[in-house]
Amino acid sequence: MSRPRSDSETAADPLRPADHADGEASDDITQPALGVVGWLRWGWRQLTSMRTALVLLLLLAIAAVPGSLVPQRSADPNGVRQYFVDNPDLAPVLDKLSLFDVYTSPWFSAIYILLFISLVGCVIPRTKHHFKAMRAKPPRTPARLSRLDAHRAEILEYSDDADAAAAAAAAVDAAQQQLRSSGYRVERYDSARALSVSAERGYLRETGNLVFHGALVGVLLAVGIGGGFTYTGQTVIIEGRTWVNTMLDYTSFNPGRFVDEDALTPYALTLDRFDVTYQPSGSQGSGMAGDFVANLTTQYAGEKTAKGEVRVNHPLDMAGDRVYLMGNGYAPTLTIRDADGDVVFSEAVPFLPQDTNMTSLGVIKVPDGLSDQVGLVGFFYPTQVKLDSGAYTSSYPALINPVVTLDVYVGDLGIDGGVPKSVYTLDTSDMDKLTGVGTDVTSLELAPGETADLPGGRGTVTFENEAPAGAQGYDGSVKRYVSLSIHRDAAAAWVLVFAVLALAGLLAALFVPRRRMWVKAVVQGHTVHLEYAGLARGEDPTLAAAVDQFAVKHLASLAAAAPAAGDGRAAASHPSETTPDVD
Amino acid sequence: MPDATPFSLDSVSVLLVWTAIAIYALAFIAYTVDLSRRGAVAADAKDAAAKVARERELVAVGGSSGGSSVDALRAQETASEAALNAPVGRRERLVWARIGTALTVLGFLFHVGGDVTRGIAAGRVPWSNMYEFALTGTMLIVAVYLGVLFRYDLRFLGTFITGLVVVLLGGTAIWFYTDIVPLMDPLKSVWLVIHVFVASLSTAIFALAFGLSVLQLMQARRERKVAAAATVEASATAVKTGPGFLRTLPSADALESLAYRFAIIGFIFWTFTLIAGSIWANDAWGRYWGFDTKEVWTFVIWVLYAGYIHARATRGWRGSRSAWLSIIGFTAVLFNFTIVNMFFKGLHAYSGLN
Repeated sequence: MSRPRSDSETAADPLRPADHADGEASDDITQPALGVVGWLRWGWRQLTSMRTALVLLLLLAIAAVPGSLVPQRSADPNGVRQYFVDNPDLAPVLDKLSLFDVYTSPWFSAIYILLFISLVGCVIPRTKHHFKAMRAKPPRTPARLSRLDAHRAEILEYSDDADAAAAAAAAVDAAQQQLRSSGYRVERYDSARALSVSAERGYLRETGNLVFHGALVGVLLAVGIGGGFTYTGQTVIIEGRTWVNTMLDYTSFNPGRFVDEDALTPYALTLDRFDVTYQPSGSQGSGMAGDFVANLTTQYAGEKTAKGEVRVNHPLDMAGDRVYLMGNGYAPTLTIRDADGDVVFSEAVPFLPQDTNMTSLGVIKVPDGLSDQVGLVGFFYPTQVKLDSGAYTSSYPALINPVVTLDVYVGDLGIDGGVPKSVYTLDTSDMDKLTGVGTDVTSLELAPGETADLPGGRGTVTFENEAPAGAQGYDGSVKRYVSLSIHRDAAAAWVLVFAVLALAGLLAALFVPRRRMWVKAVVQGHTVHLEYAGLARGEDPTLAAAVDQFAVKHLASLAAAAPAAGDGRAAASHPSETTPDVD
Repeated sequence: MPDATPFSLDSVSVLLVWTAIAIYALAFIAYTVDLSRRGAVAADAKDAAAKVARERELVAVGGSSGGSSVDALRAQETASEAALNAPVGRRERLVWARIGTALTVLGFLFHVGGDVTRGIAAGRVPWSNMYEFALTGTMLIVAVYLGVLFRYDLRFLGTFITGLVVVLLGGTAIWFYTDIVPLMDPLKSVWLVIHVFVASLSTAIFALAFGLSVLQLMQARRERKVAAAATVEASATAVKTGPGFLRTLPSADALESLAYRFAIIGFIFWTFTLIAGSIWANDAWGRYWGFDTKEVWTFVIWVLYAGYIHARATRGWRGSRSAWLSIIGFTAVLFNFTIVNMFFKGLHAYSGLN
């Protein structure tokens, strides 16, 4: 604080950084005092200055951009993998620069941490200051109100000096009343020469400002701390099967730092049926899928079962977890028998959809039971059609003409070494292909209910028809599955609370005008010189209008009060010649 | 173009939109004529004033003349600020501006008609893909402009607004048209109505702030030149100070204060868009924030306008520098809507374009 100010004024100002536009220019070339403390103090002042905050804000905007140009591991891990394949030279360099993890990168973190330190460094002293200002009196009336931008003067004439003196007192009393009832904090500053009332309003503006910035810190803390208690897990449930909320049943699980994996609430979800509607072929948007519903039976440990459903936009709440529907597909049931006709494998196998018409890809691994380890790579077409090239594809996502084709591999599945392998891929490096492209034998091709021989007399494979007895067509012949995502985010509610607080603070900080207003009455003989003046504290485009409005209302109330005073003479008022043009 | 039956509601909508574009184009021409006439009128007034000044100088024999152009500037500023705030009934009779505004209102009615019929044809809010969003967004730009005219005489922005809308709406009708298809599951939410509408509303308000900031920069440049010319003095002969219509516009300060007022309203709506979007994302995608490309750009725009608001309060940044931030901010808004929608991969894949 370089410029000398009276105590009251200092206490009532919002305490702003030294380079705030409303402050007075100080000589920016002040040398810091020598010594460590001096330099620290200087550095701190730089960090908490408006200019630094502004530069950090702009840096933050720029630094966020690369994350939208390059795929991010958090949002699009497959995109990152593809990027490495497509740009084998560039990708490692970008990776070194954390460009695949922009929002957790050291440089991005540095910017926002500095920004928040700058923010906190600014907000804390301002809060203290504001707390004091809220209890301080409005400042002393300036000696020369006409110097202020919003100023208006009036001269009232009275019949004699005593009347004028009484009228001046009454006018300032009325002004005080009027200011107080329009939300101003008022204080009288009367002297022998002049009566005046000083008023200030709009403390909410600074309160809102501080709440907004504080709430942003709250959002950051809630996200940061809450992340430790957050987990997301994925699973797949086939129609008719049950999933239990334990680590064992998750296909993948990403816990925060403080999540106790053994303390998950035990509950079970059974997929009774999965519904979806497709736009009929021939209409606009033919084949477009919608109205996905996973109909579940839910059960908490030791309690009765209940019905529940998961839809897009409508996750299911389970003991504070939210269960989301992320995907769906077909799970053809395949049975494999050995040469003697004994079943060695019989399961519904989830196939991954490859396009919007649900052409799907799946893998079956049969490690035991047959003479060799056998792997099958299969395509499933819900509505199979043949392309001109001879290849198959699906032309509609519902079960009109379902077909599975299978390529058979024998050899080493590579799963005996104890290294976990994805169930959706087949490592064929140590296997021989027996059917399909590149062999003499065409791929096995099965409709529901059909059986084919495995090459070399190894046995048979059957595509089971799951439709209930007597069903028409292929409806229900193949089971469906859903992929669910189970999330717990305890901090989300806090983030929302802080975000709403920030919005409320912002509204107050931007739209509540902080202003001071003075009304002064000076008695000169039988006239009263009335002055109205306003001073903006921060953006206040309607200040001049407010001062005018106030003056008009005040003068009208004086005129109305004068006859009631009993002397029968209304005060004659005319604008003073010295009135500057307020507009 | 819709290839369905010739008189489907949707093809009526397309017809209305093209009619609106044509009328906006006429409004653009009228507003442009208005600006050039303002320039001419201002030049005449200046010549007259200069003549008076010269005669006075002859009388005063080399009296202080340097300040005269600056004084004239101040006088213009006061007059144009009064004009800016003049209530509807007491505004200057600018015939071409009136024609422009009348045409804009007419075009707006067709525009609303096109938007509403599209919504009825689709049986949902008409902002569910890029075509519809652009349709509604441009409609809101005009609506905000016409609404603000009741309070401020901003007809000098008419050229910018109608020009922008002709370009955006024309481009939309040509390149973004998509047939009506049923809503994708993730869009079946009340937040589609709220989040997307408020986003386009704030875009419309930012557009107005952008136009004012551009004029602010032009005006500031002119004011600098006038001031410079005044100090050079003597050569009272033609100093180029930019387009003539600027002389009838409010001062750079007044334009800045107006631009700021729109920008903060837009910023509030943008903040709301961000929060509403997060709530929706938490229901639809299972997280409230994931740095999806659209989320990133929404965040970048938010930070840019936060920067603008701070710049307005920072010594050395108030004025032209902060105006550039408003311009960059709106450029990012347009970039977010066009380039990000069309070419960036992300979860907000609802443009309906191939």
